[in-house]
Amino acid sequence: MTLLLPGAADAPADGPEAGPPPPVLELRGVHREFRGAATVTALQPTDLVLESGGYLAVVGPSGSGKSTLLNLLGLLDRPSGGEYLLDGVPTARARERVRTALRAERIGFVFQAFHLLPQRTVLENVLLATTYAGVPRAQRRELALAALARVGLGHRTHFLPTTLSGGERQRVAVARAVVARPAVLLADEPTGNLDSHSSAAVLELFDELHADGLTLVVITHDHAVAARAQRRVSITDGVLREDA
Amino acid sequence: MSARRDRFGLRDVVAEATSGVGARPVRLLLTVLGTVLGIASVVVTIGLAQTAANRVNERFDAVAATQATAEPATRSTWSGRQQAIGSLPWDAPERAQRLAGVEAAATVSPVDLGGATVSTVAVHDPSAPALAPPPVVATSPGLLDAVGGHLREGRFFDAGHDARGDRVVVLGADAAARLGVTRVATQPSVFIGDVAYQVVGLLDRVERRPDLLGALVVPQGTAAADLGLVSPAALQLRIAVGAGATVAEQLPIALAPDAPDRVDVSVPPPPAAVQDEVRADLNVVFLALGGVALLIGGVGIANVTLLSVMERAGEIGLRRALGARRRDVAAQFVAESVLVGALGGLIGAALGVGVVAVVSLTQEWTPILDLRVVAAAAAVGALVGLLAGGYPAAKAARLEPVAALRSGL
Repeated sequence: MTLLLPGAADAPADGPEAGPPPPVLELRGVHREFRGAATVTALQPTDLVLESGGYLAVVGPSGSGKSTLLNLLGLLDRPSGGEYLLDGVPTARARERVRTALRAERIGFVFQAFHLLPQRTVLENVLLATTYAGVPRAQRRELALAALARVGLGHRTHFLPTTLSGGERQRVAVARAVVARPAVLLADEPTGNLDSHSSAAVLELFDELHADGLTLVVITHDHAVAARAQRRVSITDGVLREDA
Repeated sequence: MSARRDRFGLRDVVAEATSGVGARPVRLLLTVLGTVLGIASVVVTIGLAQTAANRVNERFDAVAATQATAEPATRSTWSGRQQAIGSLPWDAPERAQRLAGVEAAATVSPVDLGGATVSTVAVHDPSAPALAPPPVVATSPGLLDAVGGHLREGRFFDAGHDARGDRVVVLGADAAARLGVTRVATQPSVFIGDVAYQVVGLLDRVERRPDLLGALVVPQGTAAADLGLVSPAALQLRIAVGAGATVAEQLPIALAPDAPDRVDVSVPPPPAAVQDEVRADLNVVFLALGGVALLIGGVGIANVTLLSVMERAGEIGLRRALGARRRDVAAQFVAESVLVGALGGLIGAALGVGVVAVVSLTQEWTPILDLRVVAAAAAVGALVGLLAGGYPAAKAARLEPVAALRSGL
């Protein structure tokens, strides 16, 4: 089967010997409106570039357009206009098939509410991501165990998520997000449901993953969380601003 | 980049569906119940129909399927009476027995007594009430074999009695009781008119022609000599199972080579035809009932699957976020529903077989159930699941990931 997606290397249109690799995320005038009785602009036209290995925090109060941005970045939603390149692949008008494949292989999600399947063990929850990402069957288990070991839960593989603490659950979610080696990890209020101790552990983990070269985007309303990131943008009423 | 051929393949669908279904055992049980009852009732109805048809057929085989008769053809006179237009030869049994498929044959001819009385003592009592005498039947010596008769006492007359026209008689059990004859050892006699006939045997049961139990049976030679019998009235045959068609074709020629159309032969229809007819009648009704039950089972699965889709919106959203295609989500729910249906089908089929077996056991029937029906029942369960899962699966696939994720897990 031929490759469904153009790889990062073939993406630039301006010649075979393109210089640096394209940025992992690139928003070009992306905006999003919701039409209803009154049209609501959730995100004003936005430009944003995040290079590989970057660690970006998006800070904003609730209703500021954070979630809209996250959904757009995570290919869960389409922009009303503009172009969004993920790993150099244009996605705004791409077919659903292409977007789904990109989501499976290049994006890892961490949610505030963990979103772990309660009837599945920790290991099975992590394995789930590998089945959709198309990891060869023979490698799935090995990768999942490695990811769990990476987040410090190698000893909890056969536990049910309901028996774990909040911090441990979020670490399982992080393991699930990184198991298929995504291009970017998108975290939506990752510490929102955690006590300060567990929050610190998860943020510590993010620092380590960043140090390993993973690209991270963390969306939060908590400035303390945002302070850990290399780069911060704030969002208010759908307008994105680079913080100093 | 990873190998795409391993992306949520059939094995993954089955694994996800199995663990999805297995995660809620109580609900699974309740969901399956409708299909179990539906499939079980179909299997039971088909099983009992087959068993019943087999019983009809068993009886049919044992007696009716081996019974045939030949009579002179009749035609309607213009006054409406049936009049015989041919006659059977005296040696009809011998002629018939030469044919393949004929196992025994005997003539059976009612004898017209012309007002003569039948009694054990030759008393003329003008004041006695006029009772209808028991019928007198003239037969050839092979009667017992041809009608499956059994003697309680004594013997049946033989070819010698017949040829000599000996005055002997065999009494049917009812006729003997009526005449007050209980034993043959005392050499009782029965008077037909004024002529004494020695009772040589008492007949106590016959499989065919139970009317013989009420009659006096005399040799046809004797009837011809004493009682004015002109020719045999009917030929009673026992034939091999399935020989009906052949016998029907050949017997008229054997009995009346000059005018075979003047002999009417009645033979049993082929056994399979009867069996199928009975089965078809029963099955139409029963299958309709089973179908209704299955429909209810299917609606049950559809309902629960739909409910499950609503409940698991968060899970669906998560799967979409993890990269599940719409068709992966649809496949998972269809697979779950097929699994539930197949499980219901299997349990229902097993239950149905059990019920057929128990009912047969208590009724002392031989349980008959086509194994293909059992296999088909399980498959039908899966099919019901497939049909029932279609709409909920489509609904699951249509869920937008953003909205679905919001519902939580």
